[in-house]
Amino acid sequence: MSILVNRDTRVICQGITGKVGEFHTRGCLDYGTRMVGGVTPGKAGETVVGLPVFNTVAEARDATGANATMIFVPPAFAADAILEAVGAGIELVIAITEGIPVLDMARVMPVVNASKSRLIGPNCPGVITPGECKIGIMPGYIHTPGHVGVMSRSGTLTYEAVWQLTQLGHGQSTCVGLGGDPLVGSSFIDILTLFQADPDTHAILMMGEIGGSAEEEAAAFVKQHVTKPVAAFIAGRTAPPGKRMGHAGAIISGGKGTAEAKLEALRDAGIEIAESPADMGQALVRAIKRRG
Amino acid sequence: MKIHEYQAKDLLRAAGVPVLAGRVARTSEEAAAAFTALGTPVCAVKAQIHAGGRGKGQVVGSTQRGVELAKTADDAARIAKGLLGNTLVTIQTGPDGQVVRQVFVESGCAIDRELYCAVLVDRRVGSPVLIASTAGGMDIEEVAHNTPELILSEPFDPDRGLAGYQARLLAAKLGLPTASWRHAEAFFRKLCAAFVSLDASLLEINPLVLTKDGSLVALDAKMTFDDNALFRHKDLAALRDEAEEEPAETRAAAAGLSYVKLNGTIGCLVNGAGLAMSTMDLVKYHGGQPANFLDVGGGADVNQVTEAFRIILSDPHVKAILVNIFGGIMRCTTIATAIVEASKTVGFTVPLVVRLEGTEVEEGKKILATSGTAIVTADGLTDAAKKVVAAANAA
Repeated sequence: MSILVNRDTRVICQGITGKVGEFHTRGCLDYGTRMVGGVTPGKAGETVVGLPVFNTVAEARDATGANATMIFVPPAFAADAILEAVGAGIELVIAITEGIPVLDMARVMPVVNASKSRLIGPNCPGVITPGECKIGIMPGYIHTPGHVGVMSRSGTLTYEAVWQLTQLGHGQSTCVGLGGDPLVGSSFIDILTLFQADPDTHAILMMGEIGGSAEEEAAAFVKQHVTKPVAAFIAGRTAPPGKRMGHAGAIISGGKGTAEAKLEALRDAGIEIAESPADMGQALVRAIKRRG
Repeated sequence: MKIHEYQAKDLLRAAGVPVLAGRVARTSEEAAAAFTALGTPVCAVKAQIHAGGRGKGQVVGSTQRGVELAKTADDAARIAKGLLGNTLVTIQTGPDGQVVRQVFVESGCAIDRELYCAVLVDRRVGSPVLIASTAGGMDIEEVAHNTPELILSEPFDPDRGLAGYQARLLAAKLGLPTASWRHAEAFFRKLCAAFVSLDASLLEINPLVLTKDGSLVALDAKMTFDDNALFRHKDLAALRDEAEEEPAETRAAAAGLSYVKLNGTIGCLVNGAGLAMSTMDLVKYHGGQPANFLDVGGGADVNQVTEAFRIILSDPHVKAILVNIFGGIMRCTTIATAIVEASKTVGFTVPLVVRLEGTEVEEGKKILATSGTAIVTADGLTDAAKKVVAAANAA
């Protein structure tokens, strides 16, 4: 068991004929993901890394039975690509693209919310169920199959955490990159709900960062609804206010979104805190011990 | 991207949002001429910098505020002279302040009440919202913290815009006289439309003024744009004022790097935004002070890494550098080669501590070890942090 993706997930890549799309499609194939095709308007009939290319997501879905898509379409067209995937009824839409205008996402969100599709991202590394299915740009080999659910707003910080877990002998059930943008399709709460319900996930590690209030909302949710051990790290304690720290969503504005406020909320919810980024794996171990 | 108040008001005026007449001045003579041309009994002379809190801000070495009233052309010239070329310190500039290079001379108006409004994207709601409050002219963060019930909020769809009834709802809750409701409706709806059409990320009017004759005017305007949407607003590029920006940050952006200058002594070079923030935190956790945030991204090449080192070293406060790379898609060998190349061309003047992990880590470490460059290698995050803090303290 796992959440979101497993060995039966059938995946297409939107933007497969681009350099980045092709590179990562190959990476996913090498990992063992069931990649079944790709989409680039006007390029139907071509093949990329042995996979058929279609003009539209609907055609790709009909021909391949795809139920998931990863999107590498450039930022100016990415919102449209998400809408197309949702319109074609793709169950899981994972948007890797960084740099989508926030108002484009504000236009997309109501459509996603009214549909049966789940959106992960944008501006995220993707989703991986170790040993079964990798959809995205994360290095597959650092992961090990296991029982820790991992979710994060940041890419390389997730790799760091997964690496620490693997070193400590804790494999992962599924790792989910939520994305570093102000508006993303799935929140910590959405993924916590799935991890809590997944019998194969025994503990949860989350990495948040400054900006917004998603971590505070997650803390309140954990307090109410999550019975599994949870550990957390928040990046950006030293970040100055008013400055965007790389991610479009990582900004303290109007005195809101500070690391201190998030840490306070997480502690209050009984979540084990990693004080240093070197301590993320150990924090998860402490969280498990504390719950016995 | 931030712009000046006078530029924001030009954009608002073009969008049909009421603002007062005003002129920008870069000399005291121009300020005097602006006062005369505007022809009102009182004008405000306002420092133009990319930071708020100007009204309460103070010029270094004098008692002058960032915004003062002038009753004559001579007044305007005197106030402008006190601001131009001098440093203004406000709650938002930090202790170093910012140099004032231009002032905005703006007509006065008869103020009945001061209100607050802003448009921004609410992450929780997932859409833009219009926020309004009766607590105008005050620090809105304090208001939100102490009296959140005074903050009103109306979400709206970007394409449909703010509905008329939503604007009237706010007008009623703000206690505006019914005779002013149609002004409020026009003001709020046009403000929201401007926010959407310009792809702004923040549009703040503080204070929003109810005048004695019952109309609404944007007395101040703060506008920030969504950097991700600038590609479809080529005309806005002309409004960028690089003099207001940190030169190293501008330089980094040109090289495709994400850099933010801080006040510490330990330079950081990291791949990935989250890991870069965490590395700063790590340095602080072990007693050091980070000099910067720097994310070289996932696919940095030798040229970018070299430029990254140059930018870090251009900060005279940097006493040691920490490189923290978790190789995923980026191989450790790529970054190791880049470090060696950069050390040849840049010439490190401070100790360099390198922590590599991930793809091809052993080969990467070998490249560093056999390069002959004076690099301190570290095993793990904690070891790296301790070593770089020790190096900075020894310098």
